[in-house]
Amino acid sequence: MPKNITLEVLRYLPENGAEPVFQEYEVPLRADWVVLDALNHIKDYIDGTLSYRWSCRMGVCGSCGMMVNGEPILTCAAFLEAFAPGPIRVEPLAHFPVVRDLVVEMNDFVNKLKNVKPWVIRKTEKLLSEGEHRQTPEELADFKPYTMCINCMLCYSACPVYGLEPGFTGPAALALAQRYNLDNRDQGNDERMEALSNDEGIWACTMVGECSEVCPKDVDPAGAIQRYKLAGAADWWKSLITRKSK
Amino acid sequence: MDSSSDYSLHHPKWHRDQKPIFWWIRRWVYICFIAREMTSVAVAYSAVLLVLLYRALQSGPEAYTELMACLSHPAMIVINVFALLAVLYHSITWFNLSPKAMVVRLGRWRVPDLMIAGGNYAAWFVISAVITWAYLAG
Repeated sequence: MPKNITLEVLRYLPENGAEPVFQEYEVPLRADWVVLDALNHIKDYIDGTLSYRWSCRMGVCGSCGMMVNGEPILTCAAFLEAFAPGPIRVEPLAHFPVVRDLVVEMNDFVNKLKNVKPWVIRKTEKLLSEGEHRQTPEELADFKPYTMCINCMLCYSACPVYGLEPGFTGPAALALAQRYNLDNRDQGNDERMEALSNDEGIWACTMVGECSEVCPKDVDPAGAIQRYKLAGAADWWKSLITRKSK
Repeated sequence: MDSSSDYSLHHPKWHRDQKPIFWWIRRWVYICFIAREMTSVAVAYSAVLLVLLYRALQSGPEAYTELMACLSHPAMIVINVFALLAVLYHSITWFNLSPKAMVVRLGRWRVPDLMIAGGNYAAWFVISAVITWAYLAG
């Protein structure tokens, strides 16, 4: 096995005003190293100017998502050995503006998350004397997979619709909306449907399915959106019938 | 990316990658996706053809014979074979996706994905068999 592996890292230095270019770094190929370890090695020992995001180093924080050999992946879960003999091409997450090197601008995603109202909405508050909101294991199981999202944005990078139509609400935000819609304590389904049953919401999704493939937490946003579409279609028919019967 | 996003001195110039027109040839899954989207044209064509057949039947034997003569042309046969394959591909991928959208519960039991897709295939088979029987018997 070779002792080293080459990383081709996309560098973008806005102060230079130049287009991004690939820079090669040779790092030790160790069995227990992931791509993030290699980036940390570069930062610590080779080139301290390299910028990227990371935090937990164990697939929980969702900060270290990057394009590795063209695939959106958490770099803390991508072992160097899997890409041997290399080279390994590391780029910032696709479809997002690049701030510097491997750091992307994520305001758009954060704003979209906020728009889907990802919290329990109650039309009528239950009195404390009436007891707690009960939930069966089946009711919990219905939405629990969608609670596993770590907002890593890999699904946005895998989604060509988001790349082509930046107005699209996107997989993670829609899956999160569905997480609350399916929660039996929530009463905000109508509010969310009004905001998301449109060309930039659920109906923009053309079911490529890659969002679910790249999700490191098996959230299945594609499935969530298809279920949402079915509910949206039923809602539309219901409104049509009630309008006609009036 | 929303152009109205905050812009500050610390972000002097963001780099935005342009999506090339042939972005979909980079990966096999994207090629399959675009192929599936393209088969929608064949689905629309088949629907129009069905309407034309119905209209010809309604107009009488002459119109029907004329349409059949047109459809017997080798070029039309090639087009229709291609359309049939495209519609089959579209239908199969559609049925395979159906469990993604449909979550069916019978009491506390959630119907497995395989059974939902299987139900669609069974319905497709039964309806096709009935139509074939009606055609052969008629």
